[in-house]
Amino acid sequence: MIEPALRVEAVRKSYGHVEVLKGIDMQVKPGEVACLVGPSGSGKSTFLRCINHLEKINSGRLYVHGDLVGYEEKKGRLYELSDREVCRKRAEIGMVFQSFNLFQHMSVLENIIEAPMRVLKISKEEAVNYARELLELVGLSGREESYPKQLSGGQQQRVAITRALAMRPKLMLFDEPTSALDPELVGEVLTAMQDLANSGMTMIVVTHEMGFARKVADTVAFMDAGLIVESGHPDQILDNPQHERTKSFFSKVL
Amino acid sequence: MTRLDSNKKQGPISPTSVNSEATILNAVPIRHYGRWIATLFLLLVAIVMVKSLITNPRFRWGIVGDYIISEPILEGLRLTFVLTVVAQLIGILIGIILAIMRLSSNRVLARAAWIYIWFFRGTPLLVQLIFWYNISALYPEISIGIPFGPTFWQGNANDLITPFAVAILGLALNEGAYMAEIVRGGIVGIDRGQAESAKALGMTHMQTLRRIVLPQAVKVIIPPTGNQTILMLKTTSLVSVLALADLLYTAQTIYARTFETMPLLMVVSLWYLGITSVLTFGQFFLERHFTEGKQERISFTQRITGRVSMRKSSSELGQAERAKHND
Repeated sequence: MIEPALRVEAVRKSYGHVEVLKGIDMQVKPGEVACLVGPSGSGKSTFLRCINHLEKINSGRLYVHGDLVGYEEKKGRLYELSDREVCRKRAEIGMVFQSFNLFQHMSVLENIIEAPMRVLKISKEEAVNYARELLELVGLSGREESYPKQLSGGQQQRVAITRALAMRPKLMLFDEPTSALDPELVGEVLTAMQDLANSGMTMIVVTHEMGFARKVADTVAFMDAGLIVESGHPDQILDNPQHERTKSFFSKVL
Repeated sequence: MTRLDSNKKQGPISPTSVNSEATILNAVPIRHYGRWIATLFLLLVAIVMVKSLITNPRFRWGIVGDYIISEPILEGLRLTFVLTVVAQLIGILIGIILAIMRLSSNRVLARAAWIYIWFFRGTPLLVQLIFWYNISALYPEISIGIPFGPTFWQGNANDLITPFAVAILGLALNEGAYMAEIVRGGIVGIDRGQAESAKALGMTHMQTLRRIVLPQAVKVIIPPTGNQTILMLKTTSLVSVLALADLLYTAQTIYARTFETMPLLMVVSLWYLGITSVLTFGQFFLERHFTEGKQERISFTQRITGRVSMRKSSSELGQAERAKHND
């Protein structure tokens, strides 16, 4: 059996007394695209942030490519990984944020080559070459010297995707990548993501774009109140949901 | 100005008015009588002041001229300058360390920094300087070693802590407390998403601070730091209590002998003003250096004449326009 790209077992997460994730189970196979949908506050984004250890989970197990996230298990006990080790593992997981989060003081090219040079210790020449190659793929050739402020939201998000890809990740996380965009700019970002999915990248996407989920996703998981209520093939979840909560949600958004 | 405004307002509403004649308003500008009177008054005051500076013989500008580049004054100036630069640099360093400590998730580190800032901001600098000057009364011997363990080095506090060392120590430790708050403000002002995306890319905590957060915070930190440096320049005059011959103390020793108090205070003021001007100039170039994007850059004359806002806004407009077209 192939090791899943992501294996999640009974993951719980609380902020103080508020439990945000109440036991999540999930598996994503390599090359699969999984879309997480659901109302705001349902814990989708928190769950996504747990996958690359931006948030610490309180209980359960979370494996990326067979490795425990943020911890090491020795003789039945968990040991927290050091900052350096956590960073090494994070480097294998790309993340794209709702608000792009491009480094404002760096040009597009500098944004992209910063982490490959500092974290992967790749030579500048190699990093620049790869960055240009990736920029061409997302249609942003010639924008290397621009600063984030000079770009439209759609362009910024495509740079953010490029920046994540420059680390040659095995898994990509998208946290509502189109929610902060003007409606007319959503398409260009979704196209870039679809191309990425077609190239065989494993992707976990928190989104409200049901059209994208239907077209690109292998699995759609509906989350509500800290739980995955139901998940399955997009057509099944979107057109023929079983649970009351899912039915009422999709009757409003579709 | 009127023309620009009317163009902007009418543009989207009446797209048919391609004829630019129609959009130019031939309105009579408002008459600012109040401003005219104020201007006249200020001009008058200026004339009176300049006249008195020139004609009042008691200023004794000749003596000012004699002293302004005299050897002892230049020596004092040198000390003032060295104190300012060294104490400020150490202060900035302490400030950065304290700010990082205060933002640490370790409560002990955060609280320690808080107590430091509380103490050094809460007591007068003059008291601190005199305190350090007399530290040998508390600790006559100073030694370096492992607490409760072996001593590697030992010395007499009076030999070790010279007035110059006391001045640097006192000024820098105090400055560190103020700089800490400035640096912290700069760091906190940076959007959390910046650090988060750096972390998501696998950068360590220190890499994130050094490469992503601090470089952006610098833009916010520079203006108040310039302020602090100018303040430091003048605060160094407090070291006269340590009998250190800085600019002011040198002047005081001269006029105590010659009773040429006013001319010597003029000499001192002119030098302080001179260095402040140099520092202001330096601050401007630092700020410009850390402003990314050439369109936002302005010249020094634009800055002091205040003709900035118009140009900046129009260039921003151009940028947004360009971004749209390129899409």
